[in-house]
Amino acid sequence: MKASNATPQNLIIVGNGMVGHHLVEQLIERGAHRHYRIRVFGEERHLAYDRVHLSEYFNGRDADDLALSTADYYAEHGIELHLHEAVTDIDRNTRELVTPQGRYAYDRLVLATGSYPFVPPIPGGDRDGCLVYRTLDDLDAIREAARSATTGVVVGGGLLGLEAANALRGLDLDTAVVEFAPRLMPMQVDHEGGELLREKIEALGVQVLTDRATQHIENGDTSRHRMVFQDDKRLETDLIVFSAGIRPRDELARHAGLAMGERGGVVIDDRCQTSDPSILAVGEVALWQGSIFGLVAPGYQMAKAAADTLCGGELTFEGADMSTKLKLLGVDVGAIGDAHGDRSPGARQFRYFDQLKQVYRKLVVSSDGKKLLGAMLVGDNATYDTLMQYYANGLELPADPASLILPNVEGAPALGPDALPDTASICSCHNVTKGAICEAIDAGCDDLGAVKAATKASTGCGGCAALLKSVVDSELEARGVEVDQSICEHFAHTRQALYSIVRVEGIKTFGELIEKHGHGLGCDICKPAVASILASCFNEPITDAAHVPLQDTNDTFMANMQKNGTYSVVPRIPGGEITPSKLRVLGEVGEKYGLYTKITGGQRVDLFGARLEQLPDIWAELIEAGFETGHAYGKATRTVKSCVGSTWCRYGVQDSVGMAIRLENRYKGLRSPHKLKFAVSGCTRECAEAQSKDVGVIATEHGWNLYVCGNGGMRPRHAELFATDLDDDTLIRYIDRFLMFYVRTADRLQRTSVWRENLEGGLDYLKEVVIDDSLGLGDELERQMQTVIDNYECEWAGALSDPEKLKRFRSFVNDERPDPDIIVTEERGQLRPA
Amino acid sequence: MTTATAEDLITSNDWQSLCTREDLVAHSGIAARIETRDGPAQVAIFYLPGHAPELYAIDHHDPFSGANVIARGIIGDVAGEPAVASPLYKQHFRLRDGQCVEDEQVRLRTWRVALRDGHVLVQA
Ligand code: SRM
Ligand SMILES: Cc1cc2nc3c(=O)[nH]c(=O)nc-3n(C[C@H](O)[C@H](O)[C@H](O)COP(=O)(O)OP(=O)(O)OC[C@H]3O[C@@H](n4cnc5c(N)ncnc54)[C@H](O)[C@@H]3O)c2cc1C
Ligand code: SF4
Ligand code: FES
Repeated sequence: MKASNATPQNLIIVGNGMVGHHLVEQLIERGAHRHYRIRVFGEERHLAYDRVHLSEYFNGRDADDLALSTADYYAEHGIELHLHEAVTDIDRNTRELVTPQGRYAYDRLVLATGSYPFVPPIPGGDRDGCLVYRTLDDLDAIREAARSATTGVVVGGGLLGLEAANALRGLDLDTAVVEFAPRLMPMQVDHEGGELLREKIEALGVQVLTDRATQHIENGDTSRHRMVFQDDKRLETDLIVFSAGIRPRDELARHAGLAMGERGGVVIDDRCQTSDPSILAVGEVALWQGSIFGLVAPGYQMAKAAADTLCGGELTFEGADMSTKLKLLGVDVGAIGDAHGDRSPGARQFRYFDQLKQVYRKLVVSSDGKKLLGAMLVGDNATYDTLMQYYANGLELPADPASLILPNVEGAPALGPDALPDTASICSCHNVTKGAICEAIDAGCDDLGAVKAATKASTGCGGCAALLKSVVDSELEARGVEVDQSICEHFAHTRQALYSIVRVEGIKTFGELIEKHGHGLGCDICKPAVASILASCFNEPITDAAHVPLQDTNDTFMANMQKNGTYSVVPRIPGGEITPSKLRVLGEVGEKYGLYTKITGGQRVDLFGARLEQLPDIWAELIEAGFETGHAYGKATRTVKSCVGSTWCRYGVQDSVGMAIRLENRYKGLRSPHKLKFAVSGCTRECAEAQSKDVGVIATEHGWNLYVCGNGGMRPRHAELFATDLDDDTLIRYIDRFLMFYVRTADRLQRTSVWRENLEGGLDYLKEVVIDDSLGLGDELERQMQTVIDNYECEWAGALSDPEKLKRFRSFVNDERPDPDIIVTEERGQLRPA
Repeated sequence: MTTATAEDLITSNDWQSLCTREDLVAHSGIAARIETRDGPAQVAIFYLPGHAPELYAIDHHDPFSGANVIARGIIGDVAGEPAVASPLYKQHFRLRDGQCVEDEQVRLRTWRVALRDGHVLVQA
């Protein structure tokens, strides 16, 4: 490389996919952007995004969420980004790249062009509605095609094919998978494993056809296409997604005359250099020692080596492990090392096959039984991490290796995180070892988040999250760090513990609780938290003398304080349904008190700018007209949004407004660790956005689908499908249990989404508790909810009928004039703070 | 110190009566307007029955938001010192001397306050 004071060399990266972007990060880390002029060309419209989690695009993550970076990041480091500009040729004589927009000189060039989905050359395979699954644009095309389709077929039953099948299912298509081989995922699993996988996937309603070679595709009778197979069997479908493997996008290299593999791929050496040393290749386009690596972790390692090569370093690419742990259509599949046992002469096998529980585990061990060479798991990946550690670190197996795969054998050796050597790789995406994690901890990272930030561990595919946590926990413990979970300085308890104390001891006031279990006066952390616990347990009016000093000002005055000290008023409008005359009352009240009026994001009306002393009069008028408080101020049930549903909408299949109102009236007044939002949509078009709510309900032909733990706000999270086709009563029973279980076990100010992410056992556990009643808590949770419902009263109505409570609604005890410092001005015909 | 002895009250004449004991809210605050030598002010009166002292008078004006809201904050203690948390942006102010816990530069005014014959008096 030239010295940095000379004219900077031109470095061009072709391809802005996962690996191309990682290369940019690695270059920046090495300061290469200071001595290279770096340009990046990407054919797609989008900046590099997380292709591994591409399918989440159908679950509500948009292009921005999936993006791995920002244009600002590139600009900040002086890197020129040419998106939507495909490179069409490399001119090695003049050292120039050609695109439709121009020619660009390079000194060093990196190919990171990835691969493309292979579409078998079947007559008719290029018909309209025959699609692939690789890019965001592909997914848009699938979504669009699915609108007018009822059935879909995926050609290819490998990893990506099953992922595509799941996506089609999610788009409400009747889905089938057609596989050429005699079983699903032929690369990862064997006959038994494949059969189990088939059973499980068929149970989800996805049709599985193996041993099927598609001969041609033609016009169908009942659907858009008809697929014709080798034995003249047929299958009709509206939409076809090809997922029959990937091929390297090596056309540029081929044209340029670089050395290529027999079956494609740009040949690279350990330093990622091609046969022309000024050109490097990384990621899925590169062929190293005869192999192409179709996973992101090896690509990242190539990117590292390439960055080092470009900066004069020594790092080399040394191959990568292709072990994988997946959840496909909810089915665990794991493959470690030589999972089939056909690459290791003399290897011995152990198998455990439980057709009842639908679990299959296989070990491939060395002939002396000491080393793990490979493993295959279907139906349960619980042992994956342990097996992976034995495999990757060459640890000696226990005397009886079978104990690793047999169920519940007494004393089965659990490989604890402290048994791992420092060289053990914990996160393969970012190549983080246990040693590196210990170093980060010693350098002052004292919790999981800090370790993640410092090492990047678990920020790739996320597959190592559980292992990372256990390593971090055990290392912190070894260093004597006690993770302090006290809620605040006044109570050495978590919120969950306080909740149990309150329930078990029947404590009904903060005074009693702090006297028995805490010390001091309390504070603005523990007081509202305890107030919320007391309300969830007993639902006494928060305006009672014992409770009122515990509340945030918003709860105290049952209105939301605004930045100038005035309040907003939000009456409940269940389900967003309101009569014209009630709407008129809101208008009249707003006008009379000079309140700024706005439709909220929660399908109701907010009246802003009320002075403290005006609140009772305003509420008296609202209650007179039949309104109730909307709890906009509380960590409590907020709104149940609805769409218009079957009563009016041509597509509605259930009365979503009716259900929304029923839910809102049932849960109004429920106080919880954080606010609760609901929505009910009348059909799968989802106009009420139920999948972004704590509790989302979507109508189906047969009832209701229940989604839980969604979130909008700062960190949006898609709700997860919890149960399907429920009748009204079951729906409500599940929601009762779900909410009360959350109220019981969540941390203070923890929305259901975060609670769920921290819930050990995840969604499956939650289903067990709520649906299967595995803890035997079902009745109790329902009873508790009934208590809250029975004790509901509109807090505002209660306050208005009690002169003692109303005394608080004075701006000043000794002066009836309004606060002279509240100054307003007019804008767009309404008043606002000056 | 914010509480005066009965003897003080008799000898000084700049004590103003604001309200009665019934206007106070236990473990919480109320606001009142007072006249001071520097002009009109708004004062927050906090009442901690059973605590010594049990009455505090401190600025009702919140310097961080510019709004008059301190009396509507939650009372608690920070390391044993009674304090109020501003309801808007949650800074804590010591009731004893008005010092802001989060910002050394900021301190609210405090006044002497006392209960006498069921009346709440402030010296300003
Ligand atoms: C009024 C409203 C905005 C509007 O004009 O539309 C609003 C206003 C406030 N929101 Fe909101 N949010 C409003 C709908 C929403 C929505 C949309 C929705 O509910 O469908 C969201 C995203 C959905 C969600 O919560 O998942 C939303 C996410 C937030 C968040 C972020 C929560 C999170 O988990 O990330 C906060 C902050 C918090 O709660 O900690 C917040 C906090 C606030 C606060 C309370 C901020 C504050 O402390 O002053 C605002 C005071 C409201 C007031 O004074 O009345 N608001 N807020 C909406 C009232 C809805 C209602 O009828 O009750
Ligand atoms: C649905 C799906 C799920 C997956 N799941 C996993 C998983 O769980 N674990 C895992 O490890 N891997 C997974 N993968 C594979 C992983 O995404 C790839 O290994 C990784 O993206 C490869 O990175 P890359 O940069 O080499 O290629 P890509 O990410 O494909 O990027 C290549 C980029 O180069 C662009 N390009 C190509 N030619 C040109 C040109 N001439 N000019 C300009 N730009 C060009 C392309 O448009 C593309 O944007 C999955 C892939 C898919 C599609
Ligand atoms: S988005 Fe922010 S500014 Fe807007 S209402 Fe919500 S909290 Fe207030
Ligand atoms: S292994 Fe992928 S994030 Fe750690």
